Amino acid sequence: MQTQNNPQTRKRTGALRLYGHYLSIILRGKMQYKKSFFMLFAASFLASFTVFLSVYFMFQRFSHVKGYTYSEVLLCYSIVLTAFSLAEIWARGLEDFPGMVRRGEFDRIMLRPRSLLLQILGSQLDIERFSKILQALIMLIYAVNTSDVRWTPLRAATVLFMLVGGCALFSGIFLIQAALSFFLLNGLEFTNIFTYGLNEHGKYPVDIYGRGVMRILTFVIPFALVQYYPLLYVLGRREEIRYALLPFAAALFLIPCYLLWRFGVRHYKSSGS
Amino acid sequence: MKKYISYFRMWLVMGLQYRAAAFGGVITQFFWGFMEIIAMHAFHESNPASYPMTMEATCSYIWFQQAFIAMLSARLFDGQILESVRSGNIAYELCRPVHIYDLWFSRSTASRLSGAGLRCIPILIVAVFLPKSYRLSAPAGPVQFAFFLLTLVLAVLVSVSYIMLIYISGLYTISADGFRRLCSSMMDFLTGGYIPLPFFPAKIRQVLELLPFASMQNVPLRIYSGDLAGTAMYRAIGLQLFWLAAMVAAGRVLCRNAERKLMVQGG
Repeated sequence: MQTQNNPQTRKRTGALRLYGHYLSIILRGKMQYKKSFFMLFAASFLASFTVFLSVYFMFQRFSHVKGYTYSEVLLCYSIVLTAFSLAEIWARGLEDFPGMVRRGEFDRIMLRPRSLLLQILGSQLDIERFSKILQALIMLIYAVNTSDVRWTPLRAATVLFMLVGGCALFSGIFLIQAALSFFLLNGLEFTNIFTYGLNEHGKYPVDIYGRGVMRILTFVIPFALVQYYPLLYVLGRREEIRYALLPFAAALFLIPCYLLWRFGVRHYKSSGS
Repeated sequence: MKKYISYFRMWLVMGLQYRAAAFGGVITQFFWGFMEIIAMHAFHESNPASYPMTMEATCSYIWFQQAFIAMLSARLFDGQILESVRSGNIAYELCRPVHIYDLWFSRSTASRLSGAGLRCIPILIVAVFLPKSYRLSAPAGPVQFAFFLLTLVLAVLVSVSYIMLIYISGLYTISADGFRRLCSSMMDFLTGGYIPLPFFPAKIRQVLELLPFASMQNVPLRIYSGDLAGTAMYRAIGLQLFWLAAMVAAGRVLCRNAERKLMVQGG
C-alpha cells in the first residue's frame, strides 16, 4: 500500500502554482513592513522622476534633438522604462544571483527537486519598482496626447510589441549576468552597461548616438530592434510592417542567454561556505 | 587625531585591494561617459545657441565625473557601516575610545578615495587621447588647476559630511533603507549628476547654487575648464567651507544625541 507521504505518489504542485505561491509569500512578507514599503516606493519614484526632470529641463532649453520632439522622446523613454522596470521587478532574483553564488546559497537551491530558474525568479519580487511603471504610464499618456502620431491599431500594437520584446531582452541580459557569475566571482560590474546603461541612455532613440553604437545595438545586443526600428514605425517614419515586428526577433535573444546559463550551471563549482 | 589617521590609512590600503572589481567599474564608467558626451553633442548640434557651456568644458566635466564617481557619487555607501548599525555590531565600536562620527568620517573618506584612486587613472589617461571633440582637454590655466585640486578636496569632504547625515539617520530608525535611497536620488540630481547645473532653468539654478549640493562635484569640475571663475568661484569656495562646517557640526550633534539614546537590541 502506498502512503500519502510517499514522494512518488504525492502530487507535484504545478510550476506556475508554485511560482504564484512564492510570490504570494514575498508579497505578504513585504506587507508586514508597510512603512518601509512606502518609503522604498517613494524612493524608487523619486529616483526615476529626477531622470525625467533632467530630460524635461533639456527639452525646455533645446526643444528638440536630432529631429525628435519632446513628446516623441517621452514616448520612447516611457516604453523603455516600462520594459526595463518589468524585467527588474520579476527578474530581481537573477540580478542578485552573483551574491547567491558567493554566499553559497545556490548549493541549497540545486538540492531541491524543482527547476533552478523557477526558484531563483521566485526568490524575489521587487514590487517597489512599480512606481517607475506608474511614472512611465503618466509619461506615455502625456506623449500619446501631445505627439502627432496618428494612431492605428497596428501602431498601438507595436507599442505593446516593444514592451514585450524589451522586457524579454532585459530579462535575457539579467540571465547572462547571472550566468557570468559562475565564471567570475568579481568584476561583474561592467554588465551594468547593458542593464542600467541601456535603460538610462535608451531614453533617447538610439540613432542620436551615431552609427557605431547603432550597429552594436542591432547586431550584438539587439536593443535597437525593440526601440529604434519599431519606434520609426509608430512615429510613421517607416511604413514597412517588418519594422513593427522586429521586437519578436529581439526576443530570440533569450535563446543564447539560456544556453549560456545552462553551460554555466554545468560548470558550477561551489564557492564553499 | 592620530588614531583616526591610522584608521584612515588602514581602510585606504584595504580598499585598494579590490582591483578586479575596479576594473569592471572602469569599463562601465568609460562607456557611460562616452554615451553621455555623444548625447550632449546631439543636443549641441540641434540647437547650438542654447548650449550653456562650451563643448570642451562639458567633455572635461563628464570625464572627471566618471573618473571620480567613487569619490563623489551619492550612491556608494560603506556597506560595513550600514551593516554595523543593523546588526548591532556598532556596540563594539561604542566600547572603544573613539568617537563614532570621526571614525565613520575617516572610514568613508578612505573608502571613497581608494575607490576613486583605482578607477580614475585609466579613465583619465584614455580620455586625454580621444579624438578632439570627445577628449578631456587641458585645464584653463595653472591657477585654475590649483583651485580645481583644492575644491576637489573640499567637494569630497562636503559629500562625505552629507553622507554622514544619512548614516546617522540610521541610528534613529531601524529601516533607513528607503530614506537613504531618497536622499541619494536627491543628491545625485541636485549635484548635477544627470545634467550639469548650468543646464537647469535659471530660476531653479539660482536657488540650487546656495544649497550644499552645488558645493559638491559642481564646483571643482567647472573650475577646471574655467566655466566657473572670478567672483562666482570665490563665492562657491566660501559656500563649500560654510556647508562643510555646518554639516559636520550638525552631524556631530545628532550623532552624540543618538549615542546617548541608542538601544542595542539583544545579540
